[in-house]
Amino acid sequence: MTEWLNVILQGVLIGGLYAMFAAGLSLIFGVMRLVNIAHGDLIVLAAYVALMVTQTLGLDPLTSLLLVVPAMAIIGYALQRLLLNRTLGDDLLPPLLVTFGLSIIIQNGLLELFTADSRKLQAGAVETMTYQIGTGIWVGLLPFIQFAVAVAVIAALQMLFYRTALGRAFRATSDDQSVAQLMGLDTRHVFAMAMALSLAVVAIAGVFLAVRSNFDPAIGPARLIFGFEAVIIGGLGSMWGTLAGGVILGVSQAIGAQIDPGWQLLAGHIVFLVILAVRPQGLFPKVSG
Amino acid sequence: MAPILALENISKRFGAVVVADGIDLSLNEGEALGIIGPNGAGKTTLFGIATGTVTPDAGRVLFDGKDITRLAPEGRCRLGLARSFQIPQPFSGMTVFENVVVAAAFGNNEREAAVYDRCADLLERCALAAKANKRAGGLTLLDRKRLELARALATKPRVLLLDEVAGGLTEHECATLIALIKDVRAEGVTIVWIEHVVHALLATVDRLAVLHGGKFIASGDPHKVIRSAEVAEIYMGIDADA
Repeated sequence: MTEWLNVILQGVLIGGLYAMFAAGLSLIFGVMRLVNIAHGDLIVLAAYVALMVTQTLGLDPLTSLLLVVPAMAIIGYALQRLLLNRTLGDDLLPPLLVTFGLSIIIQNGLLELFTADSRKLQAGAVETMTYQIGTGIWVGLLPFIQFAVAVAVIAALQMLFYRTALGRAFRATSDDQSVAQLMGLDTRHVFAMAMALSLAVVAIAGVFLAVRSNFDPAIGPARLIFGFEAVIIGGLGSMWGTLAGGVILGVSQAIGAQIDPGWQLLAGHIVFLVILAVRPQGLFPKVSG
Repeated sequence: MAPILALENISKRFGAVVVADGIDLSLNEGEALGIIGPNGAGKTTLFGIATGTVTPDAGRVLFDGKDITRLAPEGRCRLGLARSFQIPQPFSGMTVFENVVVAAAFGNNEREAAVYDRCADLLERCALAAKANKRAGGLTLLDRKRLELARALATKPRVLLLDEVAGGLTEHECATLIALIKDVRAEGVTIVWIEHVVHALLATVDRLAVLHGGKFIASGDPHKVIRSAEVAEIYMGIDADA
């Protein structure tokens, strides 16, 4: 019994990471109807940026976030302003193709620069510290920090969306881009801010991914899939739903892995497909206008 | 003094349909112009061209003497050009107050905290104060039209373009909106008002123009224009291709 509780707990904690993969994806789709195929590769890019920062400056990975987050946000702003804004229009296909191309460019660029070797960020003692929170139930400090950060990120995004001028700009633009412009909103800037925010979250997710497990230039697309699955399970447009989606995916994978190690990914995909089949709008969709 | 808003030789066609055929229009500050014309005459397109959501094939748009033909809609809004839509288009997922706050803050490049009081006053004025925290998507038609006005006014327009404010409303509802528009006008805001409900226009505007087939075919004193041969011809169905 405690064995299963442990499994579920680990699944919940990894779910936080999936929710961070998903939050940036959901934000971008919500604000500008852009499906960012390069999202997973941007997560991996953030991990490599963190690798460079930690190696050259000798920083701890969690401290490196202070540099990696703003760096990725700037990359996001520039990417949107210089490239992706030009692809947006009535047609969903151009941004899809361009981000697909971007995905390939990032993967091959990283392969060229860093080779295909597996890397990992070393966080030191924090990686191995565990606490017993009940008889036979253990929580690692690092997974716990990661989950707490995920909850904080989701809460912050939720707050930003509903309590700040920028959030209202996001929602207004998402609702009707043309009317938003007539109200004085520079939508190109709003989109660029959304991408900057998305990549700031990506940076956090990338660093935790890189501390938690090995990474190489090719693992991006699988992170994209986890992100998509978490968004769809949770329901589009709801940040807390995205967290729930990440947790459900994490728990499914953990339970699958406990039954048979080969079932980890399969179990996640099956739960996703079942939810897609019986409740295509997701578990916690935003009340539509 | 340069006109506050001028369209010079504006042409626009959608495929084979000519919606603006060399239109010239000039408005002095403080003026109230009414525009009538049959459906499809190009009235709403004219608003799109003025506010920058529709790009004309030829011609220039001037605001207060400046050429704004290539200025983006948000830039025109900040200069002081606002419009309402015939079919209200509120940000439906946001509250009534948020709708107005977005327009007030971004329409004037001001911080949100600086516009709250003005927004509250505006909602009071537009009889929406009681619904400030309701979702805009759930409003009745009258309230949506009020919000449309409140939001346009929140951007502090110097020129307000109104697209069929009175349509679909009862006589009484219509009267409250006319009173509000007269009020706005009295503050010196220049008004262009497209309307099918002619008595509403006659009570408010000091010039009336008739748009037909992408051209102004008559313009002048509202009461004279409405009795003119051109108007009779269009509205009495003699010219059937309207």
